[in-house]
Amino acid sequence: MSDTPLLSVRGLSKSFAGHQALAGVDFTLRRGEIHALLGENGAGKSTFIKTLTGIVRRDAGAVWLDGVAIAPRSAEESARAGIATVYQEVGLLPNLTVAQNLFLGREPTRFGLVRGRAMRQRTSERLAEFGLAIDVGAPLGSFPVAVQHLVAIARAVDLSARALILDEPTASLDTHEVTVLFGVMRRLAERGIGIVFVTHFLEQVYAITDRITVLRNGRLVTERETAFFPRLDLVRTMLGHDIAEEEARSETAPRAQRIGAGPPVLRAERLGKVGYLRPVDMTVARGEVVGLAGLLGSGRTETARLLFGAERPDQGRILLDGRPTRIANPRDALRHRLGYCPEERKTDGIVADLTVRENIVLALQARKGPFRPLSRAAQDRITRDFIAKLDIRPPDPERPIGLLSGGNQQKALLARWLATEPRLLILDEPTRGIDVGAHAEIIRLIRSLCDAGLALLVISSELEEIVTYSDRVIVMRDRAQVAELADGAIDVTAILRAIAAEAPAPVPEPA
Amino acid sequence: MSRNLPVLVAALLFAAGYGLCATQYPAFLTTRVVGNLLTDGAFLGIVAVGTTFVIIAGGIDLSVGSVVGFTTVFLALAIERWGIPPLAAFGIVLAAAGLFGAAMGALIHVFDMPPFIVTLAGMFLARGAGFLLSTESVPINAPLYGAVSDLSLSLPGGGRLTLTAGIMLGVFLVGGVVLRATRFGATVYALGGSRQTTALMGVRVGRNIVAVYALSSLLAALAGIVFSLDTASGTPLSAVGVELDAIAAVVIGGTLLSGGQGGLLGTFLGVMIGGLIQTAITFDGTLSSWWSKIATGLLLFAFIALQQGSVALAGRSGRRARASAGATVVRPAEARA
Amino acid sequence: MRALRAGAPQLLAFLAVLLADRLVAPQFLDVHWQDGRLFGNLVDVFNRGAPVALLSLGMVLVVATGGIDLSVGAVMAIAGAVAASLADTQPLPVVLGAALGTGLLCGLWNGLLVAVLRIQPIVATLILMVAGRGIAQLITEGRIITFASPDLAFLGGGALVGVPMPVVLVLGMLVLTLALVRGTALGLMIEATGGNARASALAGIDTRAVTLAVYAWSGLCAALAGVVAAADILGADANNAGLWLELDAILAVVVAGSSLLGGRFSLWLAVLGAFLIQAMNTGILLSGLPPELNLVVKAAVVLAVLLLQSPRLAGLSLLLRKPS
Repeated sequence: MSDTPLLSVRGLSKSFAGHQALAGVDFTLRRGEIHALLGENGAGKSTFIKTLTGIVRRDAGAVWLDGVAIAPRSAEESARAGIATVYQEVGLLPNLTVAQNLFLGREPTRFGLVRGRAMRQRTSERLAEFGLAIDVGAPLGSFPVAVQHLVAIARAVDLSARALILDEPTASLDTHEVTVLFGVMRRLAERGIGIVFVTHFLEQVYAITDRITVLRNGRLVTERETAFFPRLDLVRTMLGHDIAEEEARSETAPRAQRIGAGPPVLRAERLGKVGYLRPVDMTVARGEVVGLAGLLGSGRTETARLLFGAERPDQGRILLDGRPTRIANPRDALRHRLGYCPEERKTDGIVADLTVRENIVLALQARKGPFRPLSRAAQDRITRDFIAKLDIRPPDPERPIGLLSGGNQQKALLARWLATEPRLLILDEPTRGIDVGAHAEIIRLIRSLCDAGLALLVISSELEEIVTYSDRVIVMRDRAQVAELADGAIDVTAILRAIAAEAPAPVPEPA
Repeated sequence: MSRNLPVLVAALLFAAGYGLCATQYPAFLTTRVVGNLLTDGAFLGIVAVGTTFVIIAGGIDLSVGSVVGFTTVFLALAIERWGIPPLAAFGIVLAAAGLFGAAMGALIHVFDMPPFIVTLAGMFLARGAGFLLSTESVPINAPLYGAVSDLSLSLPGGGRLTLTAGIMLGVFLVGGVVLRATRFGATVYALGGSRQTTALMGVRVGRNIVAVYALSSLLAALAGIVFSLDTASGTPLSAVGVELDAIAAVVIGGTLLSGGQGGLLGTFLGVMIGGLIQTAITFDGTLSSWWSKIATGLLLFAFIALQQGSVALAGRSGRRARASAGATVVRPAEARA
Repeated sequence: MRALRAGAPQLLAFLAVLLADRLVAPQFLDVHWQDGRLFGNLVDVFNRGAPVALLSLGMVLVVATGGIDLSVGAVMAIAGAVAASLADTQPLPVVLGAALGTGLLCGLWNGLLVAVLRIQPIVATLILMVAGRGIAQLITEGRIITFASPDLAFLGGGALVGVPMPVVLVLGMLVLTLALVRGTALGLMIEATGGNARASALAGIDTRAVTLAVYAWSGLCAALAGVVAAADILGADANNAGLWLELDAILAVVVAGSSLLGGRFSLWLAVLGAFLIQAMNTGILLSGLPPELNLVVKAAVVLAVLLLQSPRLAGLSLLLRKPS
């Protein structure tokens, strides 16, 4: 009996609109183990979790929990079967009290009336097991996210979860909170609960997990004991060996010689915002690519948003071509010929209903103002030019952009900013979620833009990629600038070292 | 604490308004005015209880005024023309209204339509159905009606607590218990917080949404019964625009229009503030009736601005708390293309 | 040509309603010339539908930004009251200026609440919907104000080369609005804002100004509708002018195929939607059926159109469209 794994997944597959998001993934979770599920963006972690817990229907594969085949059709069914998921965004209701959240849908009642006092008392007891002593009658939203996470875990466990999936629970927690969470995880594991732990923090992987499963491009790459999986191997496994790396080898040297080629276009001095980003200093010169590296949530996107006026800084200043410039909002940024391709294409980038043409001319038109419309002929010309230049497919300017693939949407967004002839372009994860072919094209494009004299600030999680095109790399950690690499110093290991150096690794409590 | 602030403001406003009126018109210190205030607010109060449920659940119901109108016409015809005993007619119309609300709730849930537009269609439908029954006012002469209108509890000081006022107080009490102390009530708040999260937490969202709208229509029909008892007649034109008065009362009572927060004590105060304005205008005699609409509008604006301000503040402090706790990252959806 | 193809279902529906009207009332399509203007049931459809058509020109833009304007009926009452109270003492340009200016102010107020204070549109415009009639009654002092000014009356009962003035005004406003939003980049900006406000703001669009502008325009259109309605009955009735017409305007916009979530819009389809609703009204009136049936029919139309728009059904239709 104890030999059967707690959770066993075989050949789990899922495709969306012809794209294989998950291809025959096997996964095994033992009782009482903490199992890291790792992979870069687009590796298929989310799809795996959603398919496993029935939020999306699986195309093929089988799941056994305690030797019993299960096929939940919703998160609710999955939780009832014994697999509960706690997402980073908590998934509880901030407007209800802690006790109500813990007991929603199964409140203790007498004669149809909820026994509020009993409910609160039981809640206090449950949370005490997690080392949490809070006012359970207060709205959940009035507590820090860390507490909300613990309440979510308590609810999951209380719903008789045998397998617990924690999807990036630590992304928004501070060191102390992480320590508390790890304590809870260990205690749960001791009780025989299996925990799948998704995270971007490698230190945490080594601090708490027993085994590691790595996914890449929807496939299982490896499954190993954490203790026998050196960090460098792990990183290499996660990133894989793809075109980017090959290009990195052949192209790094020539790029390094270009440093300092042009005059600085943008200079940020002590630019920051309390509680958002610690002050950063940086310059980007004409014809230069500056890479912004760091883990998710390290302050990269925050830097971009402050530079572009999407968020208002409360300290420091920005100089454009040496002159102090106030950028209060994206319109100001646009007027000063800055461009910003945000990370979240769907929510911050495209207007899905509008055509490719309309999406491309949007920023240019915004800069000209509503009463100087671009003629239709001009719009068509610009669109045709960029469709050809960037090889946007299908080459139909009148197709709603929402119907294009991610890579082509990305190219159209690039076109939107290139059409404004910017002097500085900020690209936030330009290759996120797009296929390998488009990936290489975009990297080629970044280079040619730079050669044409544009200043580029590129944010990417893909270190290999950053190494490929950057003249300098600024490394971020914990919402602060921690290192700047230049010349021959730019390589993946150096960046990783900078990210990992003195990282506030959660000190594991002796269990 | 901050979530009780709007109710507190409403209570203070009512107390201050009442005090001000009392200094001007000593009659306000008699139970007669109190009794009248309750009786006049009875029918709106009952509707507003349903509206409170709907709004806390994150929806809106524009059809309630029409349901009231339909109810009064239906009762008049059923009792006077079709010879149905009044109590049986009450039962039929309550059941019909419940089904009607349930149907709207089902459309909202199943087809994911905006509640505002579905209940707008419901409003047309109910009003149209009322007009199709009869286009004019039909008096009701049933003995029950005469008997009921005399029913009242004498208050010390010459005031009367009428049956309709009693029904309203009862509805508020029962509604309060349901909202605060049942699973259904907890779910109503949960729905207003987030429909999606509530579903993910394993609550059957659909049936609860259906129940909320059914309840709202049912209470509107009950209000229609009260209305017909008060006026001893039925006309399809009755209670035009009551949905707006009810929404105004709910908002003035501190319930968040985006859902998830609020309560019936506030709504009661909201109804009473509206009644107070009307009564004050009547007592004054020189002020015209339209001032009550303008005053309601101003109060509505003031309370919405208050809500907006406190939500923005809460949001800001929440964001700051999270930001200082570390990084907040919006998880991107898995790439699909 | 594209526009015609996009509006084919609405156009067909309109023709079908006209045909049905012709069936219930054989004289329906008869148009004759009398006293220098056109008469007939068909003309009536356009004449009576004019106020809602005017409202829908503003409403369609508001809906395109993902908003809604519940106050247009009340604004009609206010503008009508302003116009009627000035009609006999002031020249027409002053009367019109005052009425339209008041409407514009009302619209700006709504826009301010939505764009600057970030109040939900339904809630924000509800305030003026409730208070607006009170304001209108304040202006008329609770009476029905009548006037005799032939200038103002001409806007309701007159005709230009045989076409009733209300219809002329609708056409004029349609052309003006088209020029304003399609002749400039405003239309694109409105559609972008409604489609994805965050992305639009990041692309440098002043979404706040766009939002403010559409509510202001809606106020202006509502004021003109109010003037036409007042001119038609030679008086202003603060209680009943424009009552529930906001709902007809929303219905017209929904019939025009606009998503209530914002995005794409078509001005001429919104106007067509308004006339379609009026054609149904007129048909029911002519058929001898109780006119109250109107409300029931409208409810059915709203639900039918929304069902067609519903995301669940949209998923289905996308599947059907895919092969092509």
